[in-house]
Amino acid sequence: MNSLILKVATRFMLPLLLLFSIFLLLRGHNQPGGGFSGGLVGASAFVLYSFAFGVPETRQALGVDPRGLIGAGLLVAIGSGLLALFMGRPFMTSVWGQLDVPGLGTLYFGTPLVFDAGVYLVVIGVTLSVILPLAEE
Amino acid sequence: MAVGMLTAILSGFVLAILAPGLYRIVRGGAGWLLALLPLGLAIYFASHAPLIASGDALSESNSWVPALGVDLSFRLDGLSMLLSLLITGVGALILVYAGGYLAGHPQLGRLYAFLLMFMGSMLGLVLADNILLLFVFWELTSISSYLLIGFDHERAAARSAALQALLVTGGGGLALMAGLLLLGQAGGSLELSTLLLQADHLRSHPLYLPSLVLILIGAFTKSAQFPFHFWLPGAMEAPTPVSAYLHSATMVKAGIYLLARLSPALGGTDAWFLSVTTVGGVTMLLSAWLAITQSDMKRILAYSTVSALGTLTLLLGLGGTLAVQAAMAFLVGHALYKGALFLVAGTLDHQTGTRDVDRLGGLFRAMPITALAAGFAALSMAGIAPLFGFLSKELFYEAALRAPAAAWITAAAVTANILLAAAAFIVGIRPFLGKAVPTPKPAREAPLSLWMGSVVLASLGAVMGLWPALGTDGLLSAAGTAVLGETVSIHLSLWHGLTLALALSAVTLIGGVIVYVSRGLLRRLASRWESLGQFGPARWYELVLLGLNGLAGGQTRLLQSGYLRYYLMIVLVATVGLTGTTLATRGHLVKPTDWSGLHFYDVGLVVLILMATVATVLARTRLAAIAALGVVGYSVALVFVVFGAPDVAMTQFLIETLTVILFVLVFYHLPETPALSSALARGRDALIATTVGVLMTAFVLIATEVQYQPPISEYFAEHSLPDAHGRNLVNVILVDFRGLDTLGELTVLAAAGIGVYALLKLRVGKQRGTASAASGSECAPSAGDASLPIANPMPKEGEVS
Repeated sequence: MNSLILKVATRFMLPLLLLFSIFLLLRGHNQPGGGFSGGLVGASAFVLYSFAFGVPETRQALGVDPRGLIGAGLLVAIGSGLLALFMGRPFMTSVWGQLDVPGLGTLYFGTPLVFDAGVYLVVIGVTLSVILPLAEE
Repeated sequence: MAVGMLTAILSGFVLAILAPGLYRIVRGGAGWLLALLPLGLAIYFASHAPLIASGDALSESNSWVPALGVDLSFRLDGLSMLLSLLITGVGALILVYAGGYLAGHPQLGRLYAFLLMFMGSMLGLVLADNILLLFVFWELTSISSYLLIGFDHERAAARSAALQALLVTGGGGLALMAGLLLLGQAGGSLELSTLLLQADHLRSHPLYLPSLVLILIGAFTKSAQFPFHFWLPGAMEAPTPVSAYLHSATMVKAGIYLLARLSPALGGTDAWFLSVTTVGGVTMLLSAWLAITQSDMKRILAYSTVSALGTLTLLLGLGGTLAVQAAMAFLVGHALYKGALFLVAGTLDHQTGTRDVDRLGGLFRAMPITALAAGFAALSMAGIAPLFGFLSKELFYEAALRAPAAAWITAAAVTANILLAAAAFIVGIRPFLGKAVPTPKPAREAPLSLWMGSVVLASLGAVMGLWPALGTDGLLSAAGTAVLGETVSIHLSLWHGLTLALALSAVTLIGGVIVYVSRGLLRRLASRWESLGQFGPARWYELVLLGLNGLAGGQTRLLQSGYLRYYLMIVLVATVGLTGTTLATRGHLVKPTDWSGLHFYDVGLVVLILMATVATVLARTRLAAIAALGVVGYSVALVFVVFGAPDVAMTQFLIETLTVILFVLVFYHLPETPALSSALARGRDALIATTVGVLMTAFVLIATEVQYQPPISEYFAEHSLPDAHGRNLVNVILVDFRGLDTLGELTVLAAAGIGVYALLKLRVGKQRGTASAASGSECAPSAGDASLPIANPMPKEGEVS
């Protein structure tokens, strides 16, 4: 597809969509969103990019092999569950910490977010591993 | 917490892992070095001799799977001690021998690893006090035996022999597991030491007979009893050190061990006596006959081993002090002379290039040391005084003479022993006497590593026969005590006076010489009956295997057609059939009555979905169908929005978008062809689709009405914020409450993604290329064939580019 409008729009859309996907991932614990939908939005961003610029450019923009993202995501997800093991609690028990940020309030963070980040990476990896080769042909 | 025996067993496995690396460093001396472990273990076990001889036992237990009652509990009593010493002692000799026998073989390190793994498994088997633990080690010996028989895996004969041994002993292992579980059920414990104390209770339990039958199947397959005996001669495909170790001295004794171990609890009944004695007797006679009709030394020895195992089974079936004494003595004697003879057979093969007895002769001059070892072992096997084999055979005759149906059993015993004596002469004496026969390789005396094992074993047979008080008595008494469950003391002596047993020994010897002299005649006689073999158990095995493969192939062809549409159809029809039957028999149709909450936009959505569905089905082009399907998807997402599930709705929107993109990408590659399926096929598909739809509707209606348990959603809602620090319930469930489920799904998603990627990248053409390039490997072409229909899902609808 060779459309100038699409190309120009996509240049702006890609970072915005990626930001939005991370936004979805981060807010997921309290409001609609989460790793799965965030990952889908992230993947969609790259699919859109591939329509505008072709698959080779998309792979370059992505920087890593999508198959690597699958493995990395699984490792992150399992790793988030392992932390509890080191603290003598059952696998996948959530571990939470909190930080008082002056001016912003209290920031809670915990392993469920790390786990969700793993989900996010796997979803992007799987989606792109399937769609990019198909679009390549 | 005592861990002595656990460490002893595990050390074998640990060294097995290290062995290949060690071999790469040490090369030639590796066998000697590795043999230090079994030697050390033998000393360790022997150091407990005073305790065992006093009638005591050494126990240790560590928790393993407490929830299932499976503990790492081990017990060293007389019987375990006897076998442990055999396993480690013979093991040390075998490791040295293997180093000489396969010197320079590129995979010698692997052989060492398998042998050590086997040794650890076998030790575990004879030491385990927990019956499930025993079973685990039992299976491990089968697996290591499989690996060792198939060691020379590039030969088809070795592979099929290995598979045969694994299937026969593995099938028996399944029966054994069931039998042991039933036994545990009946006795209320999985510990052997506890079970053996309740013999009367077990024998009168209704589960006695089923568990006995299953356990006997396990023991008989492992110890190659008729009609399962055929795998053992086949196992001679293994390198000779393996045959000597596993398939003569130790592993095949596992079934005997189990019979001996359980005889205090299960023995003494008519069922036990009849089945065990009969099977043992038939095996003993049949294979003694088969032994002398062979000309390959290893096959002669294999059949005579089967015959010896039959003898042991027979003796354990008889039961009673005398028979158990005889069994223990025979077990040791057999391990010594048969181990020695196997090693001699291997040495001859190695030094002359053949082990066909018809092509060997006059080797005494060239190989005097081997000849002497072979001679002593053969004379012991033939039961000639003053060797140990004589003692054990005398005991066997005495036990037979006092058995019920003594005449039959004695006649069988004498006949089998006559044949075995002849077999001993054929294997151990004949190759060394007479005129020298030219051999493929000029005969030369073997190096130390190749004659040491047979010399040690044969000398032990002589020493233990001449001076039984040297330790044999104590060991055998302790073993007999363990088997009988009451204290016995065995005193072997060469001279019993002019007894009937002595007369029978003389008859045996004379008969043996006569059979040996007329063996040519007997062999011609046997070859006339050879056609009978095609009705034998080996043929049954082939037929069962063929049937099984046929069944597997048939159902695969039926179910795995390779067409996605048929897979889908099978899944849907199965689901409809199963849930439909349940709904029809147990459920009741629920009619929605309360329409009050219905809004106009709900109705609008339903109409939209219905219209889009109809449009999808009727669409003329694929693109139109995809677009219409997309409308269905988005409308469903809107349903989620309306009913307050923004998370699900959002995901659905995204998935729907990506699905449409995927469809477009896939269909882009398909040729534009009008309707391909016949009207009949369309009608069938419509019927299935409608049925599924109706069923799902009924299902949802019923599911929303029925509430068996209080819903868990309230619990989640209550605990989401305080426990999981999250307000979005859906997300908290996904990443925290049910995080493990999500992890599982994530793994499946990853595997599916990789699978799709592989199918996309590995096209049929490329696959074929790699398959033919790797034609050395057996499975490559079949894998290529199997993936053919999947990688090319719609061959009828034109080739995928």
